[in-house]
Amino acid sequence: MGRIQIDIERCKGCGLCVATCQKELIHIGEKINSHGYHTAQIHNKGECVGCANCAEMCPDVAIEVWR
Amino acid sequence: MNDSRKRLINGNQAIAAAAIDAGCRYYFSYPITPQSEIPEYLSLHLPEVGGTFLQAESEIASINMVLGASAAGARAMTSSSGPGISLKQEGLSYMAADELPALIVNISRTGPGLGGIAASQGDYFQATKGGGHGDYRIIVLAPSSVQEMYDLTIKGFDLADTYRTPVMILADSVLGQMKESVVMGGRKKSTPTKKDWALTGCEGRSPSIIKSLYLDGDKSSEHNRKLFEKYQRIQKNEVICELNRCKDADLILIAFGSAARIAKTSIETAREKGIKVGMLRPITLFPFPNQQVRDISTNIKDILVVEQNTGQMVEDVLISASENARVTFYGKPSGNVLEAEEILCQIERCMNKVGT
Amino acid sequence: MKQVFKRPESLRDVSFHFCPGCHHGIIHRLVAEAIDRLRIRTKTIGIASVGCSVFLYDYFDTDVCEAPHGRAPAVATGVKRVHKDRIVFAFQGDGDLAAIGTSEIIHAANRGENITVIFVNNTVYGMTGGQMAPTTMLGQHTTTTPRGRSFLGDGYPLKVSELLATLEGCSFVARVAVNNPANVRRARKMILKAFEMQVNNMGFSFVEVLSACPTNWKMTPLDALKRVDNELIPYFPLKVFREKTIPDKL
Ligand SMILES: Cc1ncc(C[n+]2csc(CCOP(=O)(O)OP(=O)(O)O)c2C)c(N)n1
Ligand code: SF4
Ligand code: SF4
Ligand code: SF4
Repeated sequence: MGRIQIDIERCKGCGLCVATCQKELIHIGEKINSHGYHTAQIHNKGECVGCANCAEMCPDVAIEVWR
Repeated sequence: MNDSRKRLINGNQAIAAAAIDAGCRYYFSYPITPQSEIPEYLSLHLPEVGGTFLQAESEIASINMVLGASAAGARAMTSSSGPGISLKQEGLSYMAADELPALIVNISRTGPGLGGIAASQGDYFQATKGGGHGDYRIIVLAPSSVQEMYDLTIKGFDLADTYRTPVMILADSVLGQMKESVVMGGRKKSTPTKKDWALTGCEGRSPSIIKSLYLDGDKSSEHNRKLFEKYQRIQKNEVICELNRCKDADLILIAFGSAARIAKTSIETAREKGIKVGMLRPITLFPFPNQQVRDISTNIKDILVVEQNTGQMVEDVLISASENARVTFYGKPSGNVLEAEEILCQIERCMNKVGT
Repeated sequence: MKQVFKRPESLRDVSFHFCPGCHHGIIHRLVAEAIDRLRIRTKTIGIASVGCSVFLYDYFDTDVCEAPHGRAPAVATGVKRVHKDRIVFAFQGDGDLAAIGTSEIIHAANRGENITVIFVNNTVYGMTGGQMAPTTMLGQHTTTTPRGRSFLGDGYPLKVSELLATLEGCSFVARVAVNNPANVRRARKMILKAFEMQVNNMGFSFVEVLSACPTNWKMTPLDALKRVDNELIPYFPLKVFREKTIPDKL
C-alpha cells in the first residue's frame, strides 16, 4: 500500500506523472496554482502501491511518496 | 623575516620569483614568446614549494583555471603576450565582474595579429580601458626595471586581494629579457588577506556563490555601481608615479615602462647639454596619474609624451593636462625599439619650439 | 508507512525555472541525491555553465561558481587543484560542452582531472531559443536548421561519450536517459558512480544524460519522452563506455 502527496505549487502540469502511473491514478485537474498551471491530482488514492514511478519522472520534484 | 638576497636575473625570471615570494602557488598558462622564462622558472620551482604548475590547452582555459583557483581562495597567476592576452579577455571580464583577485602578466609583443616578438606598448588601450566586454577596469602596473618587475609583482598580488580585482603587469620583451641585479625578499612578508567569500565547501556556513549574471535591472545596476565605486577608490588611493628632475624643468617628458627607461638616457644627455627636462613616469596605468599630470602641466606647460606605439597613453595625458599645456606626442610604431637618440631629437625640437 | 521518496536535502526548497516537462529538473534532482547519498554537501563545489542550467546556484545548497560559456571544466580544474579534498562537479549543456567548450572538456578529461561532469544532451541550444547544437540529429528542424540538419554543411551529431571514452584520463564515462522510471533509476546509479569515482580519487568521471527540451522540440512533454526512445537512443546508445575499478572494491 502506498500514498503520494503532490505539492501543487511546484507542479507545472506537464503530465509526465500521469503517463507514468500504470494504475492510472493521476490526472491533470481543473485546479490552477498561483503560476497559472493546471495541476496534477490523484484520484482513487486507495489503489496507490507507492511504486514512486510518478515521483521519479516529476521534473519539478513535486511528488513525495510513502509506502 | 630577513631572507633578503641579491640575484642577477632577467625581468621574466624576476616576475616568476616574485610570484613565489608573494605566496602564489597556482600558475596556469599556455606557451608564447617573449614570456617563456616565466613558465620555465615556475615549472621548475613551484613544485618545490608545493605549488601547482599547469600548462593548459589554451589561454582561454588557463585564465579560467585562474578564475577557479581564485574563487577557491588561492593566489593564482597567469602570464602571456599579445594574442594570448586577447584570448584571456573573456576570463578577465568575468573575473572583474566576479570580483576575483589574480595576477595577469602581459609581456607584450608587437601587434595587431600575430605581429612579432619585439617590444611594444600597443596593448595600453586593451589593458587600461577594460579589454573585454562590459564596464570594468583592472589595475595595470608598468614596471621599468627588473627590480620593479619583482616589486610590482608582489604589490600586484596585494592590490588584487585588497580590492578583489584582477591586476595586470604590463611590460614588454625589453624588460622581460633584460638582466639586472635584483634584491629579492627581505621585506615584510606579503600575506594573502583572509577570504571569507572563497568557495571551500559550505561546512559550518551557508553556501557561497560566485557569479556575474544579474538579469534583474536593479541588481545589475547595483552590482555595476559597486564596481564603479571600487574603481573610484582605486583611483583615489593607488596612483603611483615617479617624478624625476621635474623641479627646475622647462619640459616634462611622460613615458611608461621600457619607453621611460630609454627616455631616461635621453634626459641625461639633454641635461648635459643644458636642456632642463624632467620626467613623469606613470607606474600605475590604471589608475592613471591624472591629478599629477594636471598639477605638473599647470606649472610646466611643455609636455612631451613618448610611447612605443602610435599614440595611446597620450589620450590619457590630453584628458588630464591643464588647458594651457602644450602636449607634443612622439610615438614609434612597434617593430623597431625606441632609441635614446631619437627621443633626444624630440626633446630638442620641443625646446626649440618653446624658444620661438 | 515509511517515506520512500522525498526531495533531496542538497536541493534548495525553491521551484525550478525550467519549462514544464524539461528533464533538467530530473537531472538536478539525481545529482542532489548522489550528493546526499555520499554525504558530501558541505564538501561540494558546483560549477554552473551557461545555458538553461546557469541558475545551478539557486537550486543546489552547495557552494557554486559560475563559469563562462564552455569553460566549466577549466574553472573546475582551478577549484579542484586548490581543494583536492573537496568534490567538484560541473553541469553543462550540449552547446556549452560540445561546441564552444570542446577543447576544455577534452583536455580536462585527458589530464584525468579528478572532477565529475554531468553533460545534458538535449540536441539543441535551449536557452538561446532552440538553435542547432553539435548534437542535433540529422534532419532535425531547429531555428537555425529550418530545413533540417544536413550532414552536408552541418556535419553529424557529435557523440561525446564515445569520444571521451578513448581517453586514458577518464575513470568513468556513461550515457543515460531519464525518459522513463527505469532509465531514471539507472541514471541515478550512474551519476552516483561518477561521484564515487571522484571521492575515491579515480580521475575524471562523466555522465551524459539524454534530456528532453519540449519547448524547443516543439513537442508535448509526453511526445518528447517518446522522441528520446525513438530517435535519440538508437543514435546515442545508453551504455557504460569506460569504467575503472575502484581499488578497495576489488
Ligand atoms: C561566449 C558566449 N557565446 C554565446 C552565448 C549565448 N548562449 C547562452 S546559452 C547558449 C547555449 C546553451 O545551450 P546548451 O549548452 O545546449 O544548454 P541548454 O540551454 O540547452 O541547457 C548560448 C549560445 C554566451 N552566453 N556566451
Ligand atoms: S506511487 Fe506508483 S501507484 Fe502511486 S500514484 Fe505514483 S505511480 Fe501511481
Ligand atoms: S510530473 Fe510533476 S510537474 Fe508534471 S504534472 Fe506531475 S506533478 Fe506536476
Ligand atoms: S528551453 Fe528547453 S532546456 Fe531550457 S528549460 Fe525549457 S525545456 Fe528545458
